Amino acid sequence: MIEQWFPNVNWDKMWQATGETLYMSAYSTVFTFIFGIGLGLLLFLTNPGQLWANKITNVFTGAFVNIFRSIPFIILIILLLPLTNLLIGSMRGPNAALPALIIGAAPFYGRMVLIALQEIDKGVIEAARSMGAKTSTIIFKVLLPESMPALVSGITVTSIALVGYTAMAGVIGAGGLGTLAYLEGFQRNRGDVTMMATILVLVIVFIIQFIGDFIVKRLDKR
Amino acid sequence: MIQLTNVHKRFQLNRSEIVAVDDVTLAIEEGEIFGVIGYSGAGKSTLIRLLNGLETPTSGSIMIHGQEMTTLKGSGLRDARQKISMIFQHFNLLWSRTVEENIMFPLEIAGVKKSARKQKVKELIDLVGLTGREQAYPSQLSGGQKQRVGIARALANDPEVLLCDEATSALDPETTNAILDLLTDINERLGLTIVLITHEMHVIRKICHRVAVMEAGKVVEAGNVLDVFQSPQADITKRFISQVTDTGDTDAAMTHLQEESPHGKLIKLAFIGERTEQPVLAELIRKFPIDVNIVQGNISTTRDGAYGTLVLQLVGDVAVIEEAIAFLDANEVKTEVLVHD
Repeated sequence: MIEQWFPNVNWDKMWQATGETLYMSAYSTVFTFIFGIGLGLLLFLTNPGQLWANKITNVFTGAFVNIFRSIPFIILIILLLPLTNLLIGSMRGPNAALPALIIGAAPFYGRMVLIALQEIDKGVIEAARSMGAKTSTIIFKVLLPESMPALVSGITVTSIALVGYTAMAGVIGAGGLGTLAYLEGFQRNRGDVTMMATILVLVIVFIIQFIGDFIVKRLDKR
Repeated sequence: MIQLTNVHKRFQLNRSEIVAVDDVTLAIEEGEIFGVIGYSGAGKSTLIRLLNGLETPTSGSIMIHGQEMTTLKGSGLRDARQKISMIFQHFNLLWSRTVEENIMFPLEIAGVKKSARKQKVKELIDLVGLTGREQAYPSQLSGGQKQRVGIARALANDPEVLLCDEATSALDPETTNAILDLLTDINERLGLTIVLITHEMHVIRKICHRVAVMEAGKVVEAGNVLDVFQSPQADITKRFISQVTDTGDTDAAMTHLQEESPHGKLIKLAFIGERTEQPVLAELIRKFPIDVNIVQGNISTTRDGAYGTLVLQLVGDVAVIEEAIAFLDANEVKTEVLVHD
């Protein structure tokens, strides 16, 4: 029956494209999580009245985050082509999409991390300081654990956005379901291929959302 | 043990300067429970945070156990803080950790080994009466239980000083009393010095040995709790004391009585310590041919003894009333004639 509805779908190519989309999404999510938390912590801790209060660093980090958050992703990919070439040694393939994906998503996630950290009760940080905790202890034993549900729901949203970005990265020949839908489906006028690629993207998004919600529920003891 | 000398703390806020602590000099003895009372904005929160370096004074000296706190920085300050712990109005527990893990947190900071941590946590949970709740999360506890966790956490590194920042202000009266009993117990058992700030005279009366009254950053009055209760000097102190002695409708009752029998005399008696247990009033009635109306009575117990007030209306011959008042004075009962206009 599926063969009837999707006569033009080449399943080998479809699964390969799905694998590439998953590969790009997973890698970029992991690095976005790490860099985003770094940026968010830097923004939070350099705020006035915080442990590393520093106006200059705060303003510069804030500007960096705002600039990269505002550039439309499709333009960011093109702007970053030279950097990608330098880092990856190629401008094509799933790996070539990663720098643009991470640089596009980390500042976005960094803002979410900042919001999550600002939600933490100031009194808890004060309590940790009153016990003689070092800044590193406060970061790893107070700030991150106390904001973890918000950090996870933030990375869930970001990861879903990244699945969408990987499809756009198709224009630089990154591969994945986006490229497949565009080249094989749209340009050759094969609607069923586009449809199948869309269905698979939706399935990936639903699974990510489900996993994210599940983890948040397990973590949240409030 | 704790000596504050000419401590000032000023905050810069949008070009205007706020004086939070204004030339405070205080000495707190080892092993005592010292209370600081004041309304919000009086500077007491800033004062208590100066003691563990969460705030640094603009000028002045803070000595704790011979250690000058104001010059401590970095690891020296962090080590000192492990011996000066703090509990908070809103408990400030980590919601992501269980009761046991919350109490363990300061031990992790101090680098205590895991087996030793477990043992210490067990002792502390027994001490504060939370046995059986080790694996609960803070969200599953009542306010009083949360504060017990806060106290256990504060005691984990065997501190010498415990700072209480409005520790009972978010609790209902019954739970407040239970927590105050626990603090008294800890003070007596562990010989810990406790410094607490509050806006409730009830807390001072119930557990403090000495008290300082703060207003607009200054300490306006300080001394033994019973002394301050007997003869408050500053107006603000009198207002705080009326928190625990006034019943509110006394004034109305007195005006009413004054109107009913304009010849009578209203007097207020203050009983101190053992005097509260003597039958002075019975003797008064037996000795003098006058009518005695009780308008209002009240006894407050402080740590070091009871303190009571009694408002009486004396009706009868003016000369006899004078004699009666002289009798009361002779019995070491402080008598005050209330003049009503």
